[in-house]
Amino acid sequence: MVEQKVVVRLRSGLLARPAALFVQEANRFSCDTFVEKDGKEVNAKSIMGIMSLAIAHGQEITIRAQGSDAEEAVRRLTEMVTKED
Amino acid sequence: MSEPRSVSVAELVEGIGMHVFNSDADLHRRITTMDINRPGLALAGYFRYHPAERIQLLGRTELSLLEGMEEREQRLRVYAFCSYDRTPCIVIARGLEPPPALLSVAQAKRLPVLGVGMVTTRAAAVISTFLEARLAPETMMHGVLVDVYGIGILITGASGIGKSETALELIKRGHRLVADDAVIIRRVSDDTLVGSTPPLLQYLLEIRGLGVLNAMTLFGAGAVRTHKKVAMVIHLEAWRDDVAYDRLGIDEETVQILDVELPCITVPVRPGRNLAVIVEVAAMNHRLKRMGYHAAREFSDQLARAVEGHDAYD
Repeated sequence: MVEQKVVVRLRSGLLARPAALFVQEANRFSCDTFVEKDGKEVNAKSIMGIMSLAIAHGQEITIRAQGSDAEEAVRRLTEMVTKED
Repeated sequence: MSEPRSVSVAELVEGIGMHVFNSDADLHRRITTMDINRPGLALAGYFRYHPAERIQLLGRTELSLLEGMEEREQRLRVYAFCSYDRTPCIVIARGLEPPPALLSVAQAKRLPVLGVGMVTTRAAAVISTFLEARLAPETMMHGVLVDVYGIGILITGASGIGKSETALELIKRGHRLVADDAVIIRRVSDDTLVGSTPPLLQYLLEIRGLGVLNAMTLFGAGAVRTHKKVAMVIHLEAWRDDVAYDRLGIDEETVQILDVELPCITVPVRPGRNLAVIVEVAAMNHRLKRMGYHAAREFSDQLARAVEGHDAYD
């Protein structure tokens, strides 16, 4: 299990369009990926799950992955949300 | 994922419509347990094992016990009773007034003293129900919850296996969607799980290629519901040739969610397999089993009888 705590830097948070891109990226990996906010964990490959967390700019989330390419997945997903746009 | 939850006294006051006798009390105290205590023994002087962290509910019995005491004794008991910081609040039932000694000590400790009009046992039931709803263990699961012939079915499986598509087909066949993709599951009693959708995702469904759809506006109010008891789990997984799938259905597999055992069926997915029909039939078969008819067992019993009969003729 690879895990990384990050503060979301995307200006509009992880809502609709950025969330779709995030989920698309997560789906490129074969490992199981999860995002947790305030103790609620959802599947990072599910757009509805990610949107239900309503992740806004400046909030802290935990990205988790388990599987063969977990490390790469966490690195890529962390990079996506910490990018200042 | 489920964490210890709590409710503030202020939420309780608002939720049940209680009267606050000492309005300057600390209404931010947290209630962490669903249990309620009737502190008869404590007021009689027995404080060992006193469950101070529970709501303290006083009815006619406790109040008459206090009133029957000498003033000095009463003050002592009330002082000891109110001195626990972890006591969230005192509730007086039947619309009765708290004894002045109790109210003044509680006021000094900023311990909320609340009043309800109901009789004591009824008040206990109402408070319990309220707390159970707020404190019930909760978890979020990845899956789709549908109501098929009145049976709440949680469809699970990896991303992209076709859970939402199956739900869509089920809606078209007249069944109801509860939650797509993210399901909040709460244990409302020792053996009952209730699933609902996160508020933001109510009635929504995501289908690859179509995007986010609203099942309520597309299919009408009959196609959705807000919550449903989860009765069984259907797990979809990619068909693998090296795995032996259940061909008889004599044994029942189960899965544990929040410490509740639920029957679970694993359905292998292959292009062209009509999953909605399989889910529908699984729901009907589940109902039949609960009504006492188990097709697979019946078949195996008949087979056994036939073999026995055959032996007799030989």
